Amino acid sequence: MAEPILKVANIETYYGPIMAIRGVSFEVPEGGIVTILGSNGAGKTTVLKTICGVMDPQKGSVVFQGREIQRMDPDKVMRLGISHVPEGREVFPFLTVRENLRMGAFTRRDSDGVAQDLEAVFGYFPVLRERADQRAGSLSGGEQQMLAISRALMARPKVMLLDEPSLGLSPKLVKDIFDIIVRINRERGVTILLVEQNANMALQTADYGYVLEVGRIVMADTCERLVEKEDIKEFYLGIKEQGARGQRRWKKRKTWR
Amino acid sequence: MLIYKATELVNFAQGDLLMLGAFVAYMSVAWWKLDYWVAFLIAVVVVGAFGALLDAVVLRRVIGQPQFAVVMLTIGLGAMFRTFASVTWGSEIYTLPTPFGGVTTIGGVTLSHQYLSIIVGTLLLCGALYVFFTHTRIGVAMQATSQNQLAAYYMGIPVKLIFSLIWAISAGVSAVAGILLSPVTLIDTNMGLAVAFKAFAAAVLGGFGSIPGALVGGIIIGLIELYAGATLSEGLKNTAPYIVMLVVLAIRPQGLFGTLARKKV
Repeated sequence: MAEPILKVANIETYYGPIMAIRGVSFEVPEGGIVTILGSNGAGKTTVLKTICGVMDPQKGSVVFQGREIQRMDPDKVMRLGISHVPEGREVFPFLTVRENLRMGAFTRRDSDGVAQDLEAVFGYFPVLRERADQRAGSLSGGEQQMLAISRALMARPKVMLLDEPSLGLSPKLVKDIFDIIVRINRERGVTILLVEQNANMALQTADYGYVLEVGRIVMADTCERLVEKEDIKEFYLGIKEQGARGQRRWKKRKTWR
Repeated sequence: MLIYKATELVNFAQGDLLMLGAFVAYMSVAWWKLDYWVAFLIAVVVVGAFGALLDAVVLRRVIGQPQFAVVMLTIGLGAMFRTFASVTWGSEIYTLPTPFGGVTTIGGVTLSHQYLSIIVGTLLLCGALYVFFTHTRIGVAMQATSQNQLAAYYMGIPVKLIFSLIWAISAGVSAVAGILLSPVTLIDTNMGLAVAFKAFAAAVLGGFGSIPGALVGGIIIGLIELYAGATLSEGLKNTAPYIVMLVVLAIRPQGLFGTLARKKV
């Protein structure tokens, strides 16, 4: 495997006295789609926040293209080529869709390139073109998610961090959005790090997956192999062995504990 | 005075920045014998820079603290500025000589040029601010930062710098307001307080965060004051606007023009 574009080694991140990330390491190869699965409170969002510089790790390193970026300010990390699609979209509610997208390109100086990317983004999400002059706060949840992804894309990133893009969306919309994510990856060569609770969608989309539990990576494998594992099936995909339900539930323990 | 309604931070020291602006202008004209326009420029730049400094040194520390802390801090700063001003300039009342003498009659209404300068100045200022906030990259980034600080960080907007700039602009604007108002209110250390309270009432009445609302609110407050002064007893003149403000808030908590932001989940 080629040298990974993003490499996280042994990071430990705290919220005050609480250790949210307990030594997490993983790699994201250039041009790939990597997913981190985990339930509520596993520390998925914290991992992303640590990468993009909003939170600083106490220990460990984040290496992007051979350069250590931990403890760097988020706007500098962004300029290096990592954009973040935050959980809960976080669009600018009183700006129009177009202004939101322009803010995504805030760090860029080439107005021709920005105009091109604006067209490209409208190509991925035609509905945003229709809504271009509406306030972002008036969009539906799905449209806001599309806007958040597009806004991150406007920075022409090398790596895109996606935090729960499926949150609060209908299954149909989730499917559509994941299709676009794959297209962005293939067509524009953007490396994607996807953090998800929706393990089913994430495993279908990504090449490689990590499972995060209570601040630790407990499993790592290619997605094809991950879907076959019993634990993943039971705890993340909700597929249970027939007939053994009620009685087996309390006995069954995760193999990694 | 209006910007802060857009940045979701209430600055109770705004009126006192206005007072400082007027004093700086007065000093430049009366002591250093500078031209009115030069003094104007100096006051705006000095107070603007002071605003940025204030942000960098003092206010940045309370970012992330509850809103209430910011409110208390700005009230405290305002009190400090007033004391500082009365120590430096004494409690006398000064008049800033302006080049606006004479009167103009428009359609039967006679206006002194001083009032006209206030009206025109305010309109120009609002126009300029409007264009700045909606049509420049930095202006839009300022709006974005005030709406969602975290997301602004994600976009690579240098949030801290933007905050300092916002403070500089708002302090500069206060200085302009102070200079424009000085022929009417005269310059003394408490001039800012009265103005700030009225501006606050106007902003609340019009709906926080709505700039046209604040303008209309200001006009309403002015009219109420005028009529209350003419028809009611003297004491009620100054309280009437606040009574109206309370009534409006009871009926329409978001103000006359305010929009309640609803967050979609």
